Amino acid sequence: MAKTITQEFVKGLWDEIPPFRLVLGLCPTLAVTKSVENGLGMGVAVIFVLVCSNVLVSLLRKIIPSQVRIACFIVIIATFVIVVELLMQAFTYALFLKLGIFIPLIVVNCIVLGRAEAFAYKNGIVASIADGFGIGTGFTISLVALGAIREVFGSGTFLGISVFGSSFQPFTFMIEAPGAFVCLGLMLAMMNLAGNK
Amino acid sequence: MGDYILLAISCILVNNILLIQYLGNCPFLGTSKKMETAVGMGMAVVFVLVLAGVITWLIEAYILKAFGLEYLRTIAFILVIAALVQFVEMFLKKSIPALYKGLGIFLPLITTNCAVMGVCLINIKEEYTFMQTVVSSFSYAAGFGLALVLFAGVRERILLARVPKPLQDTSIGLVTAGLLSLAFFAFKGMV
Repeated sequence: MAKTITQEFVKGLWDEIPPFRLVLGLCPTLAVTKSVENGLGMGVAVIFVLVCSNVLVSLLRKIIPSQVRIACFIVIIATFVIVVELLMQAFTYALFLKLGIFIPLIVVNCIVLGRAEAFAYKNGIVASIADGFGIGTGFTISLVALGAIREVFGSGTFLGISVFGSSFQPFTFMIEAPGAFVCLGLMLAMMNLAGNK
Repeated sequence: MGDYILLAISCILVNNILLIQYLGNCPFLGTSKKMETAVGMGMAVVFVLVLAGVITWLIEAYILKAFGLEYLRTIAFILVIAALVQFVEMFLKKSIPALYKGLGIFLPLITTNCAVMGVCLINIKEEYTFMQTVVSSFSYAAGFGLALVLFAGVRERILLARVPKPLQDTSIGLVTAGLLSLAFFAFKGMV
């Protein structure tokens, strides 16, 4: 069944939205969503890596022998991760410091490898771009949503702007590790509830 | 000596790799449904992580730093880890078949386990010495195993409970992990 480009893009936003529908890439999801800003930064970095690696994998799919394809994918992905790392270090240094080791860890983010294996290796370049962009955008939306919930309740701010006024006692549980797990779990439950109608 | 013990405690409990540093969560949720697989995964991680920690430290110190190639760290480390996992797998298959059977499918999965890569990067970031790297790699891996086994125990009980439909499986798993993480959170400030 041939899907149109739009369908490839849109499926990443709801049908296969990571990390909810595809339970992949949980580590950065939990770790960087202390604030909206971090989530957005991470999301954009992932979109970049995902689109670029999808393009390259799709272009090379006839040349890469299938026995060593995983190794080739990892090298391609690692290359783009280094590009992102250097770009962020040069232009958004504060964000680079906040995200810390999670930028190099994009290389082991299962979403990127998963899309290379499951989609880009089998499809043409235009569809691969749409897929990478869609899945990446879906991931960013998830990160921003989770980041928004955790930041609003955990520190009482949104993008650094105070929401509740100065009398608000921040619910610090939310920005610590336990809150991340519970919050993601409950969001997943809500997605299931909405999807099962 | 005391320093090393403190470092070990801090890596196992206070900064538990799974529950406090959020690394290695994909295998955490994937392999924790049964006690048996949890133990297998835990052992495989200990084995590979110690080797990977030591080798990546040596590479960082004697190749990347020596030639000013630090920007290639990501690609160098991931290739080393992938090659190491492959090598360990072949070695175990030939020489210790019993252990190979025990670890089974978990070995190849470790390549994309962010805990392994994460600990290697933490070792470099914290500028640990060689001995500290050995201790921290082992302790982080032990902490990973500990959390995994504890969590598998809880999860086996959840199977018997009646969980509301939308919360089933991964969702309740995450909430449980949150509660477990709260327990580990209490160690904060101990070291």
